[in-house]
Amino acid sequence: MSTGTQAKDLVGDGEYKWGFVTDIESDVAPAGLTEDIIRFISAKKNEPEFMLEWRLKAFRAWSKMAAEAGEPDWAHINFNPIDYQAISYYAAPKKKDGPKSLDEVDPELLATFEKLGIPLAERAILAGVAVDAVFDSVSVATTFKEKLAEVGVIFCSFSDAVQNHPELVRKYLGSVVPVADNFFAALNSAVFTDGSFCYIPPGVRCPMELSTYFRINTANTGQFERTLIVADEGAYVSYLEGCTAPRRDENQLHAAVVELVAHEKAQIKYSTVQNWYPGDKEGRGGIYNFVTKRGKCAGAHSKISWTQVETGSSITWKYPSVILQGDDSVGEFYSVAVTNNRQQADTGTKMLHLGKNTSSTIVSKGISAGHGQNSYRGLVYVAPGAEGARNYSQCDSLLIGDQCGAHTFPYIDVRNPTSQVEHEASTSRIGEDQIFYCRQRGLTQEDAVSLIVNGFCKQVFRELPMEFAVEAQKLLSVTLEGAVG
Amino acid sequence: MLLRIHDLHAEIDGKPILRGIDLEVGAGEVHAVMGPNGSGKSTLAQLLAGREVYTVTRGEVTFDGKNLLEMPADLRAREGLFLSFQYPIELPGIANSYFLKAAVNAVRRHRGLSELDAVDFLIAARAKMKLVGLREDFLHRSVNEGFSGGEKKRNEIFQMAMLEPRLAILDETDSGLDVDALRTVAEGVNSLRSPDRAIVVITHYQRLLDYIVPDKTHVLAGGRIVRSGGPDLAREVEERGYGWITGTADSGESVPVAAA
Ligand SMILES: Nc1ncnc2c1ncn2[C@@H]1O[C@H](COP(=O)(O)OP(=O)(O)OP(=O)(O)O)[C@@H](O)[C@H]1O
Ligand SMILES: [Mg+2]
Repeated sequence: MSTGTQAKDLVGDGEYKWGFVTDIESDVAPAGLTEDIIRFISAKKNEPEFMLEWRLKAFRAWSKMAAEAGEPDWAHINFNPIDYQAISYYAAPKKKDGPKSLDEVDPELLATFEKLGIPLAERAILAGVAVDAVFDSVSVATTFKEKLAEVGVIFCSFSDAVQNHPELVRKYLGSVVPVADNFFAALNSAVFTDGSFCYIPPGVRCPMELSTYFRINTANTGQFERTLIVADEGAYVSYLEGCTAPRRDENQLHAAVVELVAHEKAQIKYSTVQNWYPGDKEGRGGIYNFVTKRGKCAGAHSKISWTQVETGSSITWKYPSVILQGDDSVGEFYSVAVTNNRQQADTGTKMLHLGKNTSSTIVSKGISAGHGQNSYRGLVYVAPGAEGARNYSQCDSLLIGDQCGAHTFPYIDVRNPTSQVEHEASTSRIGEDQIFYCRQRGLTQEDAVSLIVNGFCKQVFRELPMEFAVEAQKLLSVTLEGAVG
Repeated sequence: MLLRIHDLHAEIDGKPILRGIDLEVGAGEVHAVMGPNGSGKSTLAQLLAGREVYTVTRGEVTFDGKNLLEMPADLRAREGLFLSFQYPIELPGIANSYFLKAAVNAVRRHRGLSELDAVDFLIAARAKMKLVGLREDFLHRSVNEGFSGGEKKRNEIFQMAMLEPRLAILDETDSGLDVDALRTVAEGVNSLRSPDRAIVVITHYQRLLDYIVPDKTHVLAGGRIVRSGGPDLAREVEERGYGWITGTADSGESVPVAAA
């Protein structure tokens, strides 16, 4: 059996996907994963010694896991084996593989930018238009950065952070998701080449919502990106990931890691709208989205809130979690996950109550259509010392058609008798009678479905920033097109 | 003729339910349809509204001269056919106002009218809600979810008032209503009577027809209209039941329905 070919299908042709600068041959690493490759990546990125050490530690942990057990197999998903030695783990981003002008950019994307009120000139940069083709070198994004710098917010690519703020990176990298946390996190830690870094200093409320779009170099960040967000005491930040750009790349393993740290009285709101390529109707192609996201409420009265709308990917495997370490800290997880055709999602959250009077809320809405398989997997853990901890969980599933599946795996582990844990679950099906009722009032079949689905997801959508809620609704309709009738 | 049904036969899962319906309803008219349980009244109503579970095996239906059976359900609605459901459907999580505004604007677009914005919609909705005795907070509740039986029926008539159909079929809108509600709803319906609108009222009870006086009354039994008459026929049914009609379908005193 040729796993090599499969891996190539899976992660794409490194050259095509990543693009690379042709004039320096060594800018692309040979396929395979060895200590030498890790050293190569670290050297290419001109990293300080501690980073190399950290990567190597991760690599050794990953190698051990790979040799012993391979990928985790407890999730309710099926996929072909991945040959990790067939992947090329480093290729310098190509500089001019984007659209040449705004005319070539997806109008939907531009419309989103317009809604966000991004000035025209800036939209081009964000859309990945090769900057020097359109603009002179004065980057609008610099103005944006300056505005943030005024209040002391650091927001840059991970590579820049390693160069310019190594002390912060050293302090926080891996502090929430340790290198050996799980198979995919270890892999990411060993080989990640870029991502986002964000630091909000004490008492600062970030003056704008930060988005991966606002970060320069966002194009080609790649399959193994790393995000680290730190909100110092009393700081606040709202971070939007993925936006809604239809980045319908094909056949990729996407193993990202996101770490959030909230100090005393700090708040982080992290919103994701994920719309990676889901594969075709028969399940060919599509992204394997194996992502580790975790936040730590390190200080008292801190709050971390995850909101996700997952409509894309062939497989989604992610559990944005919160470690509620500080007393009176708050964790939230609001999720909509849609699977249509052959898509599979195994997603949920972990709320780990360690501090006193910590509280968490979980609202999960799973929608399955076609042959889609949708699982909610959640853990609520209350440590012995977590006096007065409270959790409320609600998991609702909506089925469209009779070929799909919805599964709920709620794990509850309570070790403190003063805590309160509530769990509610429901499963419903879009009824033919509901559709008929809507159509009898003049709505088309598609409008009827999206109306019902949006009603189902309302609790989650209202946690999203306005523009994104609108986009999320649209995405949902697109994803479910033709699901009924 | 606004609605013309000729020799309509329909079945579900191979089981014949409608067995030769002939019925004509002109603009401005109100017709009452009565008949024993299971005789096919709701089937006829739902079939006319475009429910796809029924198979038409024979006959034709025209709506304002167009072949109704060819139109998908949502087009029939936009063309002005409205069905008040015997059992209104719940739509959890969808605000009544949101649902109805979407419906009203779908119909308005179809008629070449401008869409109502939030303010215009609210003004219109308030007026119509008063008409059927629904409190304004029902606008913000999910469609029919947790509504009492009577509230659901009022909500149907509220929707009808907002959608301004050309043909409204009311399937047992009176059942489940208390005496006062019955009067309110009936007044609501009467206020919608107009020379270019037709109403078909399906009911088991004369008391509704005391308020909404029909131009014609039909009795449906065994999937056929076995008797047609004026307002008096309903009263007779109320007094004597159906046995005398179904048993003597061809020799009664009332006028048999005119063939198309
Ligand atoms: N989906 C269905 N499957 C099987 N039988 C059906 C279905 N819908 C209707 N029927 C049958 O068709 C017949 C007519 O039903 P219908 O609901 O039209 O009666 P109705 O005249 O409205 O009665 P009621 O006065 O009780 O409302 C009944 O025998 C009913 O059981
Ligand atoms: Mg009925």
